[in-house]
Amino acid sequence: MIRQQVEIQLIAAVVAAACALPGVFLVLRRLALLSDAISHTILFGIAAAFLVVRDLGSPWLLLAAALTGLATVSLVELLHRTRLVREDAAIGLVFPLLFSLGVILVSRYADSAHLDVDAVLKGELVLAVWDRRMQFHGYDLGPQTLYVMAAALVLNIVFVAVFYKELKLATFDAALAAALGFSPALLHYALMALVSITAVGAFDAVGSVLVVALMIAPPAAAYLLTDRLSRMLLWSLALGIVSAEAGYWLAHFLNVSIAGAMATMSGVVFGVVFLTAPARGFVAVALRRARQRWEFAQALLAVHLHHHEGLPEAAQECRIEHLHEHLRWQPAFAARVVRQAERRGLVRRDDGHLALTPLGRELARDTLVR
Amino acid sequence: MNAFAEHYTLIMVALGSAALGVVSGALGTFAVLRKQSLLGDAVSHAALPGIALAFLLTRQRSSLVIVCGAAVAGWIATLLVLGIVRTTRVKYDSALGLVLSVFFGLGLMLLTLIQNRVRDAGQSGLDKFLFGQAAALLVEDVVSMAALGVAALLVLLGLWKEFKLLSFDPDFATSIGYPVRLLDVLLTSLLVVAIVTGLQTVGVVLMSAMIVAPAAAARQWTDRLGRMVILAALFGAAAGVGGAVLSSRVAKLPTGPTIVLCVSGIVVVSLLFAPNRGLVWAAVYQRRNRRQLRLDAVLADLVELSRHHPGREHGHAAAVLQAMSGGRAVERTLDELRVRGWAWRDAAGEWVLTDAGRDEAIRRAEARGT
Repeated sequence: MIRQQVEIQLIAAVVAAACALPGVFLVLRRLALLSDAISHTILFGIAAAFLVVRDLGSPWLLLAAALTGLATVSLVELLHRTRLVREDAAIGLVFPLLFSLGVILVSRYADSAHLDVDAVLKGELVLAVWDRRMQFHGYDLGPQTLYVMAAALVLNIVFVAVFYKELKLATFDAALAAALGFSPALLHYALMALVSITAVGAFDAVGSVLVVALMIAPPAAAYLLTDRLSRMLLWSLALGIVSAEAGYWLAHFLNVSIAGAMATMSGVVFGVVFLTAPARGFVAVALRRARQRWEFAQALLAVHLHHHEGLPEAAQECRIEHLHEHLRWQPAFAARVVRQAERRGLVRRDDGHLALTPLGRELARDTLVR
Repeated sequence: MNAFAEHYTLIMVALGSAALGVVSGALGTFAVLRKQSLLGDAVSHAALPGIALAFLLTRQRSSLVIVCGAAVAGWIATLLVLGIVRTTRVKYDSALGLVLSVFFGLGLMLLTLIQNRVRDAGQSGLDKFLFGQAAALLVEDVVSMAALGVAALLVLLGLWKEFKLLSFDPDFATSIGYPVRLLDVLLTSLLVVAIVTGLQTVGVVLMSAMIVAPAAAARQWTDRLGRMVILAALFGAAAGVGGAVLSSRVAKLPTGPTIVLCVSGIVVVSLLFAPNRGLVWAAVYQRRNRRQLRLDAVLADLVELSRHHPGREHGHAAAVLQAMSGGRAVERTLDELRVRGWAWRDAAGEWVLTDAGRDEAIRRAEARGT
């Protein structure tokens, strides 16, 4: 593999990892759409900062983006607090406004610059590799984007590691966190700042929409795979990186937008997890429901037999054919239930007459008690 | 001739934008009321692969084809979101963000595929759906927009009662036998139609503003659904036309963002100045209230103090009144009492209640019920 390909894949993996970490908390705290909003509004921050410093590689842009992200969240909350506008409507008002301002700023004052609004949405990973390399005493250390995103990744890792307990508490029990003296609000804004920084670092390479995909899809999939926060973080990292790499190769084969392919693959990964996750996957749930249906039917059979057992009409009631009349079961269904019950040792068939075994009697009693 | 061409373009753009404003304003009202504000954002983004596929399959760039593709994709996205929410523990916002970004990524992939595989495809034709190119609206575009808009509005009018009930009390609607699921599907479809119709004017990112903002603004002026819908349609149209005219007058002002700026301006004005809910009036009312409460309190205090000091002319320092319930604004309150003749300041600088003041204090106490 040539060097550029390695670098692109490396950037892709780093971006995926950097996005997955804050994404977990966004998904858990139901703030997923704020990431979408922020990824659009940072255009305004970047445009405004660019107009001042006139240098696309300046760190001021990063700062401006982080501030814009915070401003977005603050504005949304401000609107919501007036109680005149609902939370989701507030988001839908704030981000188009800021995005429009950003587009207008770029269009009027930065037309000639390389600040391409298109790129904000789409990104182009290949350009990220060719544009702007890190130079150190004449040595080419690789694409600048890689270092920026690696720094963002390290920042995210440090934040999550240092504030793990606080984040965990504030996410799942904000009231308790506040009562114990932590500041859930401060944590919230710190998280949003990280989201903004990660988003602006990544928009150059992969565009704002992919940032949203990588922040939400892998954590959402991880959410279906585990109940533990630590495992969810690890799963998100893993699934994010897998999506990124798979996306790269897909784009390589089809010769299409890398960012688009990565976003698509993150969706595919989610789809796979959605279907196959052990306890919560679609297939697992369907199988479990089916099994529970049969188990319930068997319990019903046991109860029915127990009810009529030893009584004069037992000879008539405890027959397979009678199940159709009494329980409204189709003959085929009834036959199957009886067979399963026999196999489980709940029922003994005696020339068409059904008798409960001790095990079956126990099941009937348990069912009624419950 | 040139002037005529410019005029013609302006009229087309203005008409198209007005149509967009009316339809999205009217249907957006229902979206906002049903807490589906951000569904608009999701459908806009999700429409992209539909647009690309429609073009790939039919090789036609006509508006109607594109709109159909967008509508189908938007619809599938909506179904997926609801499916995910209903069958897993992934929450609504995460599902929206997930579907939105994955579909958009898929759309990007397809767009670049088109770019590579199809001769003379050119990005510009389909790109305009990303950002909207109101300036490129042709007669047939405006006509199809208007036709779809009229159709949607007719359906809305025809099923007005049903939609109204569905939005405010779906359970009651079910209980009296309305086909709620069907109506829900229909209303969401209308929303999807409104969104995809407007995409070519303002583009994907800004469409959610056209859905949410007119409705949010209209909400401030009325509590009645009919008036809200009409107001939202008017606001939308005003923003559309205003934006179109403004962007044609000022250089380098892209139409889409300008429309969003106009509608956001309408929202801000509504939030501040609307009669019952407006923030400005609320502040004024609150200040007036507070002043009255302070007057009440200081008068009551003066009466209370005078009971403990039988001499009519016994004065009390302002500091005492401040400590009681005057607060930091006690000087202002005392001044007002003096102006109204309810208290006067003696030679020692202390405040004395007048007879008129005493009467007033008693009157107010009675009015309060104490």
